Amino acid sequence: MLMDGKDNVRYKTFSRRAALIGGLQFAAFTALASRMYYLQIIKSGEYTMLAEENRINKRLLAPLRGEIVDRFGEVLVSNRQNFRVMLVPEQTPHIEATLEKLSRIVPLPDRQRARIIKDARTSPSFLPILVAENLDWETFAEVNIHEPDLPGIVPDVGDTRHYPYGPDLAHVVGYVAAVSEKDLEGKDDPLLKLPGFRIGKSGIERELDQELRGRAGASHVEVNAYGRVIRELAKDPGVPGAQVSLTLDMEVQKLATERLRGESASVVVMDIYNGDVISIVSAPGFDPNDFNVGISQKKWDALLNDPYNPLLNKSIAGQYPPGSTFKPVVALAAYESGMIDPNQKVFCTGKYSLGSHDFHCWKKHGHGAMNMHDAIMHSCDVYFYEVAKRIGIDRIEAMARRFGLGDTLGFEVPGEKKGFVPSQGWKRATRGEPWHQGETLIAGIGQGFLLTTPLQLAVMTARLANGGKAVTPRIVRKVGNELAQNGPLPDLGFSQSGLALMRKAMDSVSNVPGGTAYRSRITEAGMELAGKTGTAQVRRISRAERESGVLKNEDLEWRQRDHALFIAFAPVDAPRYAISVVVEHGSSGSGTAAPIARDVMKKVLERHPQREIAMRRSNEWREG
Amino acid sequence: MVDAFFSSGGGRDLSLKDKFLEFNWGFLLLLFAISSMGFAMLYSVADGSFDPWASRQMVRFAIGIVILFVAAFVDIRLWMNLAYPAYAGALVLLVAVEFIGFAGMGAQRWINLGIVQLQPSELMKITLILALARYFHGLTHEEVSRLRNLFVPAVLLGAPVALVLKQPDLGTAVLLGAVGVALLFLAGLAWRYFIIAGVGALAALPIAWNMLHDYQKRRVFTFLDPESDPLGAGYHILQSKIALGSGGLFGKGFMEGTQAHLNFLPEKHTDFIFTMLAEELGLAGGIALLGLYMMVLFFGISVSLQTRNQFGRLIAMGVTINFFLYICINVAMVMGLLPVVGVPLPLVSYGGTAMLTLMFGFGLLMSVYIHRNMEITRNPSAFW
Repeated sequence: MLMDGKDNVRYKTFSRRAALIGGLQFAAFTALASRMYYLQIIKSGEYTMLAEENRINKRLLAPLRGEIVDRFGEVLVSNRQNFRVMLVPEQTPHIEATLEKLSRIVPLPDRQRARIIKDARTSPSFLPILVAENLDWETFAEVNIHEPDLPGIVPDVGDTRHYPYGPDLAHVVGYVAAVSEKDLEGKDDPLLKLPGFRIGKSGIERELDQELRGRAGASHVEVNAYGRVIRELAKDPGVPGAQVSLTLDMEVQKLATERLRGESASVVVMDIYNGDVISIVSAPGFDPNDFNVGISQKKWDALLNDPYNPLLNKSIAGQYPPGSTFKPVVALAAYESGMIDPNQKVFCTGKYSLGSHDFHCWKKHGHGAMNMHDAIMHSCDVYFYEVAKRIGIDRIEAMARRFGLGDTLGFEVPGEKKGFVPSQGWKRATRGEPWHQGETLIAGIGQGFLLTTPLQLAVMTARLANGGKAVTPRIVRKVGNELAQNGPLPDLGFSQSGLALMRKAMDSVSNVPGGTAYRSRITEAGMELAGKTGTAQVRRISRAERESGVLKNEDLEWRQRDHALFIAFAPVDAPRYAISVVVEHGSSGSGTAAPIARDVMKKVLERHPQREIAMRRSNEWREG
Repeated sequence: MVDAFFSSGGGRDLSLKDKFLEFNWGFLLLLFAISSMGFAMLYSVADGSFDPWASRQMVRFAIGIVILFVAAFVDIRLWMNLAYPAYAGALVLLVAVEFIGFAGMGAQRWINLGIVQLQPSELMKITLILALARYFHGLTHEEVSRLRNLFVPAVLLGAPVALVLKQPDLGTAVLLGAVGVALLFLAGLAWRYFIIAGVGALAALPIAWNMLHDYQKRRVFTFLDPESDPLGAGYHILQSKIALGSGGLFGKGFMEGTQAHLNFLPEKHTDFIFTMLAEELGLAGGIALLGLYMMVLFFGISVSLQTRNQFGRLIAMGVTINFFLYICINVAMVMGLLPVVGVPLPLVSYGGTAMLTLMFGFGLLMSVYIHRNMEITRNPSAFW
C-alpha cells in the first residue's frame, strides 16, 4: 500500500461514513418498497374501485314509453319521432356565426340563442346542446342538407309523446310534461333527472305512469378525466313501457265527441255488468300535445279563462244536481220502505203546499192523478214532493249511497269528485241548523244540496239496470299482458220487483207516447233504450218572477240556463249498457240531452257484436 | 512534467486500451436496462407511439452514452484540474439565467445556448460535486474539521443553492444542499458541526417557511392532507395513489393503465412516470425498477470504497447520492410520502438536461472506476 498515513485516516472515516449512507439508502428503498406493497397489495381493492369509478360512467337510456290503445288496439297515444337539432360547441369555430347561419333555416329567437350560447359556455364543449326540437320534416331535411355548411350542428331524432286524437281524449289519457321540482320530491328514479324526460301529469298517463314508463336502460361508457366518452363498455337496453289497453271503443268515443261539439258537456257509457267504460267524453277538451312541448302562456290563459272550462274533466269532476234523473232512486227508496203503495195515486195540481210555501211542478197546470210508474214516466214533481215528505231524507240518502252517489268510485282516471248526498245529521253537524222538510221535498226531485258527477249517474243507472249489482266503472283493460280481472259483484240487496218497476217506468219514459223522452227513442227493434230525463235548475226562481211568468230558458243568458241531463240503459229487454249525458246549461233534458244519448247509445249497440268478438278472442287467448 | 504532478507509482498514465479493458460494461448494460423501461413507458404514454417522447428520449440516451464514454476516458487528474473552472462556468450560467433565462413551468430555469436549451441548475449538480471533491481532496483529516477551512465549501455550496432557490426551484435546491452536506460528511467533517447545523436548521424552520412561495406552502399542506382538496391541489397525489393501488401485483398490462391513458394521472411522461409504470406493470414492475436502481447505487458505493484517491471517492459517492436522492424524492412523492416537488425519475422521466447530466455524472463515476488505483497527492502543485 503506497497510500500515505494521512490518507489512510481519511479513507477509514470515508468508508465508515459511506457504509452508513449506503445503509440509509437501503433503508429508504425498503421504506419505498413497503409503501408500494401497502398501496398496491393491501389497499389494492379500494384503489381499484376508485379507478373504476373514475373511468366508468353510467349513462341512462330513456325507455320508450308504452302506447295507449283502445279495446280494439286502435292507437290512442303513441310515440313520434322528434326531429331536433343539437349543437356540439367544440366542433364549431364560432358559435354565433353558426347559429346565425342556422337561423335562416330554423327560426331562432334572440332569447333562445342567448340560452344556447350560455349553455355552450357552461357545459363541457363536447356535450351536445339542444338547439331546437319538434321540427317539421321539411325543415329537418333542409338542416340535414346544409349540415356540411353548419359546423357543430348535429341533426338528431328523438322520441316524443304524440296524441293523435288531441282534445277528443285529453281528459282520459291525460298528458305528459317535463319533470318539475315537485315531481322530484321523494322520488329516486334517476330517469327523472334525464334532460328532456317527460312524466305523466294527468289522466291515464299519470295513473299508470310507472307501467308506461318502463325501466331505464344504461350504457356504461369509459370516460377520460375531462368526461369525454372514449368507448362503450356495456349496454343494457332497458325495458320499454307496457302497452296499456283501455276499455274504450274509439268509434263510440268519436261519435260522442262529435255530438258534444260546441257544448260544455259530458257523456259516460259503461257496461252494466263488468263496468267497462265504452266511452267517456268531457267537452270541450284541450290539446295534450301542447303540454308535452310546453304550453305557451297565451294558450294557457285562454284555457283558464274559457267559460266552458276545457281543463275540467266534467265526467268525473263536474258536480251537478241530478234533477229528475234522481227520481227512480227516490221511488225505489219509497218502494222498499213499504210506506208507499206504488199504485196509490197522488193528485198533481201543478203545485204542492208545505206550510206557507208553495212547491211547483214543472208542468204548470198539473199532471192530475199519478201513480209511481206514471210519475216517473211524466216526471211529475208533485208526486215526488209527497213521497219524499213521507219517507224522509234519511231513507233517500241511504238509497242514494247504495247507488254509488256521494262517494268516489275508484275510477282509474285521477281526479274523481265525490258529489254530495245530504242528510239530517250532516246539516246539523256542519251548519248547526235543523233539517227543514222543504229541503226533503226538493231533494225528492234531485235538487237542493244534491250533487252528482256524470260518472256517478252512469253507475247509478247501471246498478238499476243490472239487477242491483254493485258495479264500479273501470277503463284499464290490459296493462302489458295482464288483463284486468273482475271478481263477482256484490249484490246491493235491492227489491227486484222494485227495480223491475223502475225499469218499466223508464221504458215508458222513452217508448210510450207521452213519456218525457218519447221523441228521442230508438226505433230499431232490439235496440230500444229506457231513460230518464232531468233538468237541473241553476238559478232560483222568485215568487214575483213566477207570477209575472217564468222566463223561458232560451231567453236567459247561457250561465242562467238549466243543466240538461239524461240517463238511460239499453237494450230495454236485456240491458247491457248504461249512459249518462249532462249538458251544462243545456236548458232541457228531453230536448238537449236525450237526443245525444239516443245517438251515442245507438252507436254503442251497433258496435256491440264487434266488441263481443274481440272480448271473446282475448279471453280465449288468455286461457290458451 | 506530468509525472512531477503525481506522488508515486500509481500515477502511471493509462492507455486507451487499458481504459477499454477497465471500463465496466455491465454497468452500462444496467443503465441501458433502466432507460429501456423509460422508453417503454414513454411509448405507452403516447398510446403506443415512439413519437413524440420515446424516440427523442432514445436519441438523448445515445448522446448520453457518448458523453459517458468521453467523461469516463478523460484522465481523472484532468477532471481534478477542471473542477473549479467547471464550477465557475456553471455558476456564471446560473447567474445568467436570472437575466437571460426564460421561464418554463413557472420558474426561471432555462437558458438558451443557441442549439440547446439548458438548465444550469442541472449542470451545477455535477460541478458542485467536482468542486467540493477537489477541495476536500486537498485537506487532511485534521484540517477538514478546522473552522477556517469551512469557509470555502460553505461558499461553494451556498451560492448555487441560493441562486436556485431564487428561480424558484425548491426541489433542485434541496438536492444540491443534500448532496453538498453528504460530501462534507463523507470528507470527514466532525459530527459536532452536523449537530449544531441540525439544531440551527430546526430553529430556522419557521423563517424558511415564511420565505416559501404560496404554491410551495400549498403543496406542503396538501401533502399533509391530500384528501382535504381532492379536486384541487390534492388531486394529483390522490390520482397517483389510485393509479398505483389499482395496479396491484402485476399491473393492468402494458399500455392498459386506465388512470394514465384516460388522463386522470398528471405529468405522466415526466414526474409521474413511476406511477404509470406501477399501474401498468404492478408491484412487480415497480420493484424490478427499484432493484435495478439499487444495483446502480451498490456499484457506486463499491467504486468509492475501492478507489485509492479521495477526489475519486468523493465523486463516486456524490454522483451516487445525487442519483439516490432523485429516485427517492420522486418515488416518495408519487406515493404520497413527500410533497409534490418537480423532481424527475432519473433515466426514466422524459427530459433532456436531466438525462445528459446524469450520464455525464455516470461518466465521471466510470472515470473514477477506471482510475481507481491511481493515487494523487493532496496538493498538486501545477495545472496542465
